[in-house]
Amino acid sequence: MAMIDLPPALPLMAGAVAMTLARGKARWVIGLGAPILALADSWYVITEGAESFVPFLGHTLNPVHLHHATPVFATIFCIAALGGMLFSLHQDRKVEQSSGLWHAGGALGVVFAGDLVTLLVFWELMTLGSLAIIWSGGQKHSYGAGLRYFGMHALGGVAMMIGIVMLVTQRIQTGHADPLAFSHFAEFAAAWPEFSWQTAGPWLILIGMLVNVGAPPFSPWIADAYPEGSSSGTVILSAFTTKTAIFTLLVGFAGFEALIYLGLWMACYGIVYAILENDVRRILAYSIVNQVGFMMVGIGVGTKLSIDGTAAHAFAHIVYKGLLMMSAGSVLAATGKRKCTELGGLYRTMPVTMWCGIIGALSISSFPLTSGFTTKSMIVTGIYQQGELLAQTGASHTHLIVAWFILEAATAGVFLHAGIKFPWFVFFQKDSGLRPPDPPWNMKAAMIGFAAICVLLGVFPGILYEILPYKLAAARYARVVYSFEHVIEMLGLLLFGGLAFFVLLPILKRKETITLDWDWIWRAFIPRMYREVLSPLLAMLQSAQKTVLETLPGRGMHDSSLPAPIARRAAAMWAVSVPVFLIVLMLLVYLVVYFVLPTL
Amino acid sequence: MELIRHNLPALIVVTPLVMGLLTSIIGRRGLGWWMAMGTTAAGLAMSVQLLVDVLSQGDRTLEYLMGNWPVPFGIGYSVDPLNATVLLIVSLLSAVITLYARKSVASEVPAGKLNFFYALWLFCITGLLGITITGDAFNLYVLLEISSLSTYTLVALGKDRNRRALTSAVNYLVLGSIGACFYLVGVAYLYMATGSLNIADIAERLQPIYASWGTDEPVYQKTVITGFAFMAVGLSLKLALFPLHGWLPNAYTYAPSSVSALLASTATKVGAYAFIRVIFTLVGVGFAFGRLHTDVALMVCSGAAILVGSWLAIRQTNVKKLLAYSSIAQIGYIALGFALANRDGITASVIHLFNHALTKGGMFLALGIVMYRVGGTRLSDLRGLGRKLPITMGAFTAGGLGLIGVPLTSGFISKWYLVSACLERGRYELAGVVLVGSVLALVYVWRVVETIYFGKREDEVTVREAPASMLVPTLILVGASIYFGVDSSFTTHIAGEAADFLLKVKP
Repeated sequence: MAMIDLPPALPLMAGAVAMTLARGKARWVIGLGAPILALADSWYVITEGAESFVPFLGHTLNPVHLHHATPVFATIFCIAALGGMLFSLHQDRKVEQSSGLWHAGGALGVVFAGDLVTLLVFWELMTLGSLAIIWSGGQKHSYGAGLRYFGMHALGGVAMMIGIVMLVTQRIQTGHADPLAFSHFAEFAAAWPEFSWQTAGPWLILIGMLVNVGAPPFSPWIADAYPEGSSSGTVILSAFTTKTAIFTLLVGFAGFEALIYLGLWMACYGIVYAILENDVRRILAYSIVNQVGFMMVGIGVGTKLSIDGTAAHAFAHIVYKGLLMMSAGSVLAATGKRKCTELGGLYRTMPVTMWCGIIGALSISSFPLTSGFTTKSMIVTGIYQQGELLAQTGASHTHLIVAWFILEAATAGVFLHAGIKFPWFVFFQKDSGLRPPDPPWNMKAAMIGFAAICVLLGVFPGILYEILPYKLAAARYARVVYSFEHVIEMLGLLLFGGLAFFVLLPILKRKETITLDWDWIWRAFIPRMYREVLSPLLAMLQSAQKTVLETLPGRGMHDSSLPAPIARRAAAMWAVSVPVFLIVLMLLVYLVVYFVLPTL
Repeated sequence: MELIRHNLPALIVVTPLVMGLLTSIIGRRGLGWWMAMGTTAAGLAMSVQLLVDVLSQGDRTLEYLMGNWPVPFGIGYSVDPLNATVLLIVSLLSAVITLYARKSVASEVPAGKLNFFYALWLFCITGLLGITITGDAFNLYVLLEISSLSTYTLVALGKDRNRRALTSAVNYLVLGSIGACFYLVGVAYLYMATGSLNIADIAERLQPIYASWGTDEPVYQKTVITGFAFMAVGLSLKLALFPLHGWLPNAYTYAPSSVSALLASTATKVGAYAFIRVIFTLVGVGFAFGRLHTDVALMVCSGAAILVGSWLAIRQTNVKKLLAYSSIAQIGYIALGFALANRDGITASVIHLFNHALTKGGMFLALGIVMYRVGGTRLSDLRGLGRKLPITMGAFTAGGLGLIGVPLTSGFISKWYLVSACLERGRYELAGVVLVGSVLALVYVWRVVETIYFGKREDEVTVREAPASMLVPTLILVGASIYFGVDSSFTTHIAGEAADFLLKVKP
């Protein structure tokens, strides 16, 4: 078959290029065809177990490689691209759609990357795509948010690049068999929390991944950048960047304990800020941080069940988060409004959007019979089982108990901020007087499709469990997921969460606020330091320099009383004299260095 | 045929010299370009042949005696993998840029002076090729002056477009002469110590001198050290290594477009080559780096060049000047590579000589098209040109990605080797500087790219895409810079050969 060795990212990227030239019907063909082709190619590679190798600088690149989590992530990325495209294609937004395909292509490239260079290349290509989506968003703050996003990710990318170069150099020196290989950094997780130059490479790679995953202190970029995409752009954005980072962490850093703590922080952070937030799409963005926090904990625990849970949760999360973003996007497209305080009562005229939003909200809250229930709980159970195992062997397991409690609480918290808050304030609550219709057919179709997947995975979780990294662990879990205790436990949690919402409703009613976060450091503190400390200092230096220059011989050459030609000649001389002075100074420095230093 | 092949090392320098003289005396307008084109094309063929010949030699060197006078009495030319590569760079770039120059120069230089322009153009190339191939320290000075004097005049010929070309040229003249003069003083000191002007011969005669320094009776210690100090400063200036870069930005900015491209892609590269030659072949790395620690000075200067050059580039509003400052930073990468003096470092240096010549040359050519079609190269002139000149601006953007060092461009290959060289020497801070430099490059390239594609033009002028004679050379250079990013086997091979050669002759 001709597709052999073809990286599955290629159809998407070729589609992205073709999209820039296409018009009319052709856009539909490309937008829907490219993800389907990519899905077909992915599964061809997965079933055939194909690999491909490309020579590079005396090493070998491996752009088509199967990691244990590749099947599940490749599948969901293609589905997400397909859904995102279907949702947006009725609009003529070529830049956004083309960069959406490009972004998805980058993510898919990472999923199949068997070596660090391929990983880095696709990683950066992905960032460029998302930047273009944000910039084409047309929201009030799109440009600034895009710049901040790009600055953040450029730094992350540079950290990763330095890390990769350091690691590869080191591996070459120690005679590693395949210095470019991207696989589990086992020695690194074992060395934690020791820090040395030997582990600096993986550390920097980890930092690069943590930037993308939105770990503290980098979390704010998610809520800053994602809501600045257009109604359809944000749907695409929400799927890829963080989950690609989750994939790379899953492959490279499974079982790295520090991730548990970062994940717990993210799970709580997302809830707190989402509860405080007023903008609907920012609420959903914060809840990405919260959900990704669950996955981080799963990776940090690193048992087979928790890894499977993480992969399954990523799959389900992309679908229901996309669904919620589509629902919020439909509202935005129809009303032009994004804030809880301006919306309400839309259930009258947008029934499809409402029902799909509710299914998404129930899924994210892991309500039984939805995808959240069958996936997220796998992570929590994984932690519990690992805790039990450690307790039997007498090892320290306090952190796992704490993690378990926090995640159980966070599950209820999710219900509070996303499960009820989103649909309640948007579709019910007071009547805002808005009567927008349901969106065009393709947006409805995308929402209904994603809602169907949410329910499907909730009712028949076995379909998803089949493609997880460790199928056995998942298969065992499938037998207990709908056990009586599990369902009752979850319903209890959710009911109390729901109760809390309506009791606290007066407090939760949002006013227009701005919430303070880490990003204060780079959005307010650093600019203020520059304005109030650095630039006065520079000004002082400048005046000092001026005084010095004017006392030097040859001053007054800018004297306007001189005849113009003389003044001009004087200025030209000045332009030469500084470099000449520098030359002589350099000679002096060299001579001093050469004659004085060796004798010291 | 065999006669030509045997005399290639001489012919490659003599041909442009003679053709330049002829061009300056012919009367027919329009013939100048044809002569320059023919000469540079022949030069390209000769340098390719030389590279092939030298790589097929067992010891990787070709010696040629001018007039069959034995060295050190006569002038000897010697070709090795390093200068064969630089020869290829110079002749390739000069051929491609000459192809481009016809229309561009005709629009920027008065018609009456065109033949004169191409005569100088050929002299400049003569000098650059000569510096590269000669094995004689004094001959190097002479050729340095040939190329410099013609360059000053070429820069001044930009005067019809902007009078500041004249002051820039004078400025460049003063500084360039001081630099050359310093080099000459250095040669004189070494002549005093060794009594020879042939590079290989000086290197040989320096050995007993070095050996005597540990003893009670050091011979010529101060003479040799002072001589090297003069040479180092003089060549740093020719190379425009920070902080001696003062002449470069204005000279590049106000020169005619083709001259900027030629200077940016070849002149400083040849300066870098001469510096490498002096350090590694003439005085020896053990003396320059081991004893005098010039490598530390070079690392400081090149690190500062990368940071300061990139930073100043960010603040420019004239894109030509922006590229000029970016060149200062890129020279920093080249100098840093050979200052590290390990295989990866020298490989990075040589690869970057090649890659940067292609990339920056291509970008200056693209800017020349803007100059030709729009009449200016300020940021405001480039606003919204992405739609009007899609091919040119696409080429410019691709070149910009190369400056940043994005993977799949040639800049990435150079930086990869450079960073590994830094890490191998345990110089983590320098690796950091290189990467910070990339981020700064991202900022200044982005500023231009943003203006090109997202800027709004107030005046809806009708701008057409450039004529093919200008587009094709631009695309050749940018395309080559991308090609060598994807398939780097050629550049890494010859650069590796050059590095092995230099490190083998280390005394």
